[in-house]
Amino acid sequence: MKASTVRRVGGRLASLFASLLIALSLAFLLGRLSGDPTATILGPMAPPEQREALRHQLGLDLPVVVQYLDYLKGVFTGDLGQSLQFYQSNTSMIADRLPYTLQLVGAGMALALLVGVPLGVLAATREGTWWDRGASTLALLGQSVPVFWFGMMLVVLFAVKLGWLPAGQSGSPRHLILPALTMSVYPMAHIARLTRASMSDALAEPYIDSARARGISTRRVVWRHAFTNAMMPILTIVVLQTGILLSGAVAVEYVYSWPGLGQLALQAIQFRDFPLVQAIVVFGALVFVLLNLLVDVLHSIVDPRVR
Amino acid sequence: MSEVTETGVPGDLARHPRTPESDTPVLEVDDLVVEHRDGGTGTLFRAVDQVSLRIAAGESVAVVGESGSGKTTLAMAATGLGPRGRGDIRLLGHSLSAVSRTQLRRLRPEVQVVFQDPHGSLDPRQSVRSGLRELRALQPERTSWIDDADLLGRVRLAPDLLDRYPHQLSGGQAQRVCIARALLMRPRLIVADEPTSGLDVSVQADVLALLRQIRATTGAALLMISHDLAVVRSLCDVVHVMYRGRVVEAGPCDRVFGTPENDYTRELLAAMPGARWRSRR
Amino acid sequence: MSQLELDPVTAPVSPPRRAGRRARTSAFWLALPLAVAAVAVFVLPLTGLLPDGGQNLDATRQPPAFLAGGSWAHPLGTDKLGQDLLTQFVSAGRLTIVIGLVGALVAIGPGTLLGLLAGYFRGWVDRVISILIDAQLALPFILVALAIIANRGSSLPVLFLVLALTGWAVCARVTRAATLAIRERQFVVGLRAAGASEPRIVFRHILPNLAGTIVALGTLQVGTAILVESALSFLGLGVVPPMNSWGSMLASGQDELSQAWWIAFFPGLAITVLVLLVNLLGDALLTHHDPRKRRR
Ligand SMILES: Nc1ncnc2c1ncn2[C@@H]1O[C@H](COP(=O)(O)OP(=O)(O)OP(=O)(O)O)[C@@H](O)[C@H]1O
Ligand SMILES: [Mg+2]
Repeated sequence: MKASTVRRVGGRLASLFASLLIALSLAFLLGRLSGDPTATILGPMAPPEQREALRHQLGLDLPVVVQYLDYLKGVFTGDLGQSLQFYQSNTSMIADRLPYTLQLVGAGMALALLVGVPLGVLAATREGTWWDRGASTLALLGQSVPVFWFGMMLVVLFAVKLGWLPAGQSGSPRHLILPALTMSVYPMAHIARLTRASMSDALAEPYIDSARARGISTRRVVWRHAFTNAMMPILTIVVLQTGILLSGAVAVEYVYSWPGLGQLALQAIQFRDFPLVQAIVVFGALVFVLLNLLVDVLHSIVDPRVR
Repeated sequence: MSEVTETGVPGDLARHPRTPESDTPVLEVDDLVVEHRDGGTGTLFRAVDQVSLRIAAGESVAVVGESGSGKTTLAMAATGLGPRGRGDIRLLGHSLSAVSRTQLRRLRPEVQVVFQDPHGSLDPRQSVRSGLRELRALQPERTSWIDDADLLGRVRLAPDLLDRYPHQLSGGQAQRVCIARALLMRPRLIVADEPTSGLDVSVQADVLALLRQIRATTGAALLMISHDLAVVRSLCDVVHVMYRGRVVEAGPCDRVFGTPENDYTRELLAAMPGARWRSRR
Repeated sequence: MSQLELDPVTAPVSPPRRAGRRARTSAFWLALPLAVAAVAVFVLPLTGLLPDGGQNLDATRQPPAFLAGGSWAHPLGTDKLGQDLLTQFVSAGRLTIVIGLVGALVAIGPGTLLGLLAGYFRGWVDRVISILIDAQLALPFILVALAIIANRGSSLPVLFLVLALTGWAVCARVTRAATLAIRERQFVVGLRAAGASEPRIVFRHILPNLAGTIVALGTLQVGTAILVESALSFLGLGVVPPMNSWGSMLASGQDELSQAWWIAFFPGLAITVLVLLVNLLGDALLTHHDPRKRRR
């Protein structure tokens, strides 16, 4: 590895680490600003001595710097604290809910790729035609619709009116269909737009014309050359969107009463269970940074120059 | 001044109010080093390496060299307008590293720049008139010697161009506007960075004639950067030849072009446009 | 809540070729319905044409006029308390549009400023701002936003804070890049030579040259703000009663999906159409101001 590569990778790692630290500090800060947790736990009427004892037990009587360092230590050893509401370890609760969200995100993302990529290719290879306009408008529509509302309308149509599919809860694969479809809308639109953009860029390159002139078939040109060009951005967006959905599927999970992380976050907020909110934020930040790192690694594998 | 009468320049350019009064050099540069940091890799690239340069009042100095040899970087750093370099720079006797911010702002108009791309040298959102108005607001005393219409007259532009925007001007017109803007400041040094290479051949001669005439009538010194030896010979007294950031040869034009001492200079002379012109002369 | 996120790669997706010229006319035709809608939600309540918005327990959950059982007394039907939905729809639309506009401003303002500063002054200013941009784009800030709301409760100021926090970075990044490009233009050097101060160069010359791009980004940000607001309000974390936005109407519609789906249908449709138009307009403006197509 060249010295410049080491520098670049190092810089990128440092930047990601800085991002992570900023998020962790923000989460910590918000936790300190959220008022006295002993009042939340014991109720406003609790005697002061009892509160004091709890403060001591929770470590809230220590200097803030010590608390912060303890918190960071906890984060890096996998201990995200205790929920005020459930009297459980936050880490284990997140671990319980994660599989449900993963299921939903995985199915949604697969659907998004299956539809989004062909849609983008269709638009790019027929640039300027009504096919293009239709596909592009559809994609833009997918980025304009409040997806949870789209989910609600799916419930009305397929669960309430037609009675074909269950309206909520998890369980059988049938339960997964509507939530996954809803979940796929935004990434599908994004993938379609991105595919179209990078493919039509590639199709405009002179080497495509020269490949055509050399008698290579159009289909081959499109798939071998132009699509290869679009692969990396698509892969990037898939990884990053996965991170976003993993931590941000609150509204969709709410519509379908899906017992994932998003619902957990919502419950935590409604009960002002701040340690749990904080733990979910920290978890999301860790996932995000790891996925960003994954994207960087993918980039350096595919393109040795790295961007 | 044969071109002047040829192209019908009004003679009143001679009434320019400033003449060189002192013999302090306009610009003195000692051992200037400028390094660019490559954004991608973070490595340093030495674009100007240990260059010394002296321009006396009213003198005309050329810098020649192949593309990428550091001419623009040298000119920008030496006038304090571009990247900061190491080394001593004295502008009209003031050391740039020692002057205060306010002093620097007062010194700056003494150096004016004319670039290769005239359209890039004008704010696309400003009409010619409002651009001039801004210059007058910035330097009220310096610029009060002439009004807009006369100023345009001096660069042979019709006053109805005042309300045009840069994209409504031809390359030659835009370059004249740039020269007018420089002229308005009554500078003691004009830096011209390949002022004609962005222009049509037919306009190039006009612009050069204009520069020569401004020099003759205002007594401003000229730092000319060019690829064109014919231009350099006709306009400049002294030439510096740059190669990979260093000045490899410097001296009076006639001497350097007549009996080049450096191998690179010889190579450059053979390759540069204007070499044929030289033999014809 | 997938629409709540910010694309970490919101590089303006490259617009169709040859579109530069057409962009201006299409921008007009997109702006027109938006303007009409905006005027309508502000003017309609003044005309007295809207039905009375009060409760009427004899006429609860009436379907819209064009469905069986509906009547023109309540063109969009009524909710579970018999309140007219059209009246609610119009007043909620007003708040939604205001939130969209203000939400975009609070994101674009600081974003533009930070991008300008980073791009113009470079050095450590740029380094600090770039780290913040990277952090914002590399993190699920919507979770942080939820945490803020959990902490501070829902109110309009908190909502705007969240919209600013989630929206500034994209704008800052684009502005920074554009500023870096413009500061290399030679007219900046010329102005410096004329003695212009740095703030003057930044605000009088570089900023006006970015205006088109900023307006385009701001337009797109209006759409994002409306979507973020609708999701937050839907979850009861944004606009909460007694105020009403299209997002909070969706929240009340969620409980009634099986009995009165139309409560949620119309506000959701309105958000979709509004955001679609805004996005189309933003894309058209961006194409128009695409640096690659400028150079007029
Ligand atoms: N901002 C910059 N960052 C990094 N490197 C730069 C920068 N500006 C110039 N360089 C490099 O410095 C060297 C000298 O550039 P400069 O523009 O001074 O050359 P030049 O002699 O004016 O060339 P030309 O005749 O093409 O205008 C070049 O190798 C160039 O790549
Ligand atoms: Mg140059």
